[in-house]
Amino acid sequence: VKLQGRKVFRGKVAGEALVTTQDISFYGGCDPQTGQIVEKGHELEGKSVAGKVLVFPTGKGSTVGSYILYALRKNGKAPLAIVNKIVDPVVAVGCIISEIPAVDQVQIDRLHSGQKVEVDADHGAVSTSG
Amino acid sequence: MLELKPEEKAMLEGRQGKATRKAMEIITLLGEIYGAKRLIPVSSVQIAGVSYDNLGEPGLEFLSDMAVDGKARVLTTLNPAGMDLEEWQKHGINADFARNQQRVIDAFAKMGVMTTCTCTPYLVGNLPHFGEHVAWAESSAVCFANSVIGARTNREGGPSALAASLTGVTAEYGLHLEENRVPEVKYDVRTTLKTTDDFGLLGQVIGERTKQAIPYITGISHATTEDLMSFSASVATYGGVAMFHMEDITPRTTTVPEKVQIITQEDLSNARRALDDKDAVIDFISIGCPHASIDEISHIANMLDGKRVKKGKTVWITTARPTKDLAVRMGYYDKIEKAGAFLVSDACCAVAPLKGRFTGLMTDSAKACFYARGKNKFKTEIRTIDECIREAVV
Repeated sequence: VKLQGRKVFRGKVAGEALVTTQDISFYGGCDPQTGQIVEKGHELEGKSVAGKVLVFPTGKGSTVGSYILYALRKNGKAPLAIVNKIVDPVVAVGCIISEIPAVDQVQIDRLHSGQKVEVDADHGAVSTSG
Repeated sequence: MLELKPEEKAMLEGRQGKATRKAMEIITLLGEIYGAKRLIPVSSVQIAGVSYDNLGEPGLEFLSDMAVDGKARVLTTLNPAGMDLEEWQKHGINADFARNQQRVIDAFAKMGVMTTCTCTPYLVGNLPHFGEHVAWAESSAVCFANSVIGARTNREGGPSALAASLTGVTAEYGLHLEENRVPEVKYDVRTTLKTTDDFGLLGQVIGERTKQAIPYITGISHATTEDLMSFSASVATYGGVAMFHMEDITPRTTTVPEKVQIITQEDLSNARRALDDKDAVIDFISIGCPHASIDEISHIANMLDGKRVKKGKTVWITTARPTKDLAVRMGYYDKIEKAGAFLVSDACCAVAPLKGRFTGLMTDSAKACFYARGKNKFKTEIRTIDECIREAVV
């Protein structure tokens, strides 16, 4: 599958997808020390975003979320890349300051957790192999 | 398609340093996401994300990295910190926190940011005029600037406000454009509002109903500046609103939306009930969210004069440093502190590290109730300023 989206922040990476249909609030919803999603009742509760191609519709919650992405990066627990349906300013700014490759305007319902995904953010492209 | 001027391109290419480059990346990316055609100069910036309690070590590292070669290009002021920068010890703030908070303040000062540490910059030297483009964070100040002053700003976050400061520009989208400032829903208020807590409750009712839609409010015959501060804070906390119109009170003449919603005394009473926890045991009383004005402090000082705060209760009146200095000169500070209450500058009950220190907050601020509950797990009661002070003293 090859999906075309829009570049949010540059970079080209390949890794395993972690996909949710629910929005993510990084402030209060993701532990910056461990990379785990800690929001009660969230689909990804207990799962770590570290080193994953994190796929979710859009961000929600406090603007402090940008700094949480930065903390994840500094702690070596950042997602490898972020793929959104529509990026929100908190996640967008978080990706820029943390230099996390990111793409949005992607049909994310075509992606599944565990798939091997290549993100070519410069060209806004997301592709899966196998 | 976002078009950049040569000097803006130079910033993006890193020819004006690393911090400026990062800042310009933030500005241009937001511009592209929101379909801006160009960047526009801003005349002032208000930065949020100052309390070490919210920033933590990562936020501080980011600011320190930016401070290596970043410099504010326009008047830039700062949101409240997690403590009074001078009298923090007296307020029970621990030394580790104080040291880290001071590192945050030092990083901003190194960039030439005015370390005002207040959510009411417009009261202490950052006052744009009608129609002026600014880039402000702090949702209550954003709402006040757009609505009461008639300046133009989007609801910036901490990093994007800093980015505007270091470049002197923002992307032209959202509330910078006239067509996006038009009210969408009319709210007819059929009850009389008297005090700041009433205005906070109205903000809560309208915020929850209107979400992102810009409200046009009628039926308010009188509002003080403090009432409008309280309303701005609340409507931005309980909704996503970054501006409102209030007939005959805010400056903008505008088209009136046809869709009308009625707000009754019952709506306000329901909002009040929602913020009053029945089992609250009040051990903390705080006024000054948004930061108290000198007029409010004068009133509170006179109420506290010769009185004594009850054992087991802590009282914080939070304000901006210049306002506190004036309160010292006027003798208000002594009256408040002699009664056993604290006049706390630079900080507020929403961003100070207070979790675990208290169980129940009484305040006149609907916004303060929201953060007390969510962040600090306090029970809350909302009352008038006079009732709050009466609760505090013997």
